[in-house]
Amino acid sequence: MTGFVSLSQAMAKGFMRDKTALFFTILFPLMFLLLFGGLFKSSGADKTDVIQVGSVAAFDQIPASARGELDKVLAVTKSDNRDDALTQVRKGDADAVVEQQGGTVIVHYSAADPVKAGTVQGIMQAIVQQGNLTAAGVTTPAMVLQGQQVEDESLQPIQYMTPGLLGWAVASGAAFGAALTLVSWRQKKLLRRLRLSPVPLFSVISARVAVSIGIALVQAGIFIGIALLPYFGLHLSSDWWAFIPIMIAGTLAFLAIGLLAGAASKTPEAASAIANLVVLPMAFLSGAFFPLEGAPGWLQSLSNLLPMKHLVSSMQDVMVRGEGPASTLPAIGILLGFTVVVTGISALLFKWDDI
Amino acid sequence: MPPTIEVDDLRKWYGDVHAVDGVSFAVETGEFFGILGPNGAGKTTTLELIEGLREADSGEIRVFGEKPWPRNAKLLPRIGVQLQASAFFERLTAREQIRTFASLYGVPPKKADEWLGVVGLEDMADKRHEQLSGGQQQRLSIACALAHSPDLVYLDEPTSGLDPQARRNLWELLRGINDQGRTVVLTTHYLDEAESLCDRVAIMDHGKILELGPPASLVRDLDAPTRISIETGTISIEDAKALAADADVSDDEVSLTIATRTPAPVLSGLAERDALRGLSVRGGTLEDVFLNLTGREYRA
Repeated sequence: MTGFVSLSQAMAKGFMRDKTALFFTILFPLMFLLLFGGLFKSSGADKTDVIQVGSVAAFDQIPASARGELDKVLAVTKSDNRDDALTQVRKGDADAVVEQQGGTVIVHYSAADPVKAGTVQGIMQAIVQQGNLTAAGVTTPAMVLQGQQVEDESLQPIQYMTPGLLGWAVASGAAFGAALTLVSWRQKKLLRRLRLSPVPLFSVISARVAVSIGIALVQAGIFIGIALLPYFGLHLSSDWWAFIPIMIAGTLAFLAIGLLAGAASKTPEAASAIANLVVLPMAFLSGAFFPLEGAPGWLQSLSNLLPMKHLVSSMQDVMVRGEGPASTLPAIGILLGFTVVVTGISALLFKWDDI
Repeated sequence: MPPTIEVDDLRKWYGDVHAVDGVSFAVETGEFFGILGPNGAGKTTTLELIEGLREADSGEIRVFGEKPWPRNAKLLPRIGVQLQASAFFERLTAREQIRTFASLYGVPPKKADEWLGVVGLEDMADKRHEQLSGGQQQRLSIACALAHSPDLVYLDEPTSGLDPQARRNLWELLRGINDQGRTVVLTTHYLDEAESLCDRVAIMDHGKILELGPPASLVRDLDAPTRISIETGTISIEDAKALAADADVSDDEVSLTIATRTPAPVLSGLAERDALRGLSVRGGTLEDVFLNLTGREYRA
């Protein structure tokens, strides 16, 4: 353990005093979470806006009990100005105008949004038929329709984004940390200075690994803490803590990538460019930013080759999809295997010195 | 007692370049040994081979009787290294640097802090290394090399890039390190530094040792002329030439300089004529030794 503790301390202090690194490791991914979390928050329950012009008996006759159900899908506002109401539909500010002339209920809609147009016609159709049945004196209909909700498999954006963005943040923090430490220590001759001290190389590497895992845990704490705020509304599954081992395996895998980037480059600029070139496209292709369900098949197969895909989807499984801790084992195995292979390659390329 | 360092016919080449080309020498315990030469002479490569940072292509190295290559864990606690570039941890203060380095050798923080006092940096203890001047960084770097009290200290061009005052201050420090009984091996491209600090100096050029010995005897053996300068116009050039048979007189409008191997009659002659205004007497230097050995001017 000679040197392990003091080297870890030295690295951790150096990191915490580096404002740029702090920004890109902690704040920058958090900004993504705040931005996307806020943007996509209201995408779910969207009512259909209907303007009622004059008296519409079909609406007015609806009993109070049914009215509540109706209000879940329709937002009805009343207006006396027919022309103004129609203009609003044309502009897309409202979805439909409803008026009644004698026995005819007229729905004005715009074809620009076929979904809304279909919705509003369907609802109005139902209301009119209900009215007709009542008028015909039918009290016990021959058929009834009962709606039953199934468990929603598609995730709310915040559910999806918290593990995704966290996986990306941890991956890039580890890759950049390793790459920049290696190159700048080599450039500043600190590596050869350490080589001339009795500290085993293993201690130097473990110190870097320990610091990176520590940073990942801090990232996770802040990320989950913020996503759990009522404003964002993250709901964690019961075995959510099982993301910690998979996150640590992911940290190791991306430390290895950073080590390779650092071993292959001479300047910190080159190392950070290589790390960027690897990590950022991988984040897009691995579904860290948006779901891959709608992506073409070849892309989904390609993503299975990327370590970040396994990191992110396994974290999603345990954090929000309700899967058990055992479900992470294959991904942990893949990430550790990846780590071993990439570390082996970087060991071949590794140099203590620039020359 | 066997020498601390023994080097025998050491060779290292990079492609066609013979960076080190058959170097042999020994460094005695407690000695202040200098390797002097212009940039690219092979000093640093020689030092790196002895430190165990590189593998020699041929030749033998023994440090405390041990081979330094491959990385020899028995040797490492006994040597202290100050590298050319200031190898520090990023964004740590002077105190944190020395404590970190000390801990790598199992030296407690209290003991490490004492070294800041030895190199005169107590006031700078809480400053980050980037905020220190060049001279202060070198002092800190030397303190970090000494924190575990090694028997043998390697210093690679410790004063390069420093202003003259900072260099002199550092020389004092380096003499002190050697006075405590440590063996010191120093590379430098400053002739005056080697002359002032080293017990023995090896003069290197193109990967070979051209001459090895105490600086004073190297200069004495050279039999270089003594240069006696006085203010221009004090005596005429003709009179000056008459003072000694071998007198080589030059006048640059500021000083009149007489180069001679028989300085005594020249000095007494000048004294008789009461022509000592602005007198300076300069013997041979390592610069002359280098010029004599290589046939070219010394350029660091």
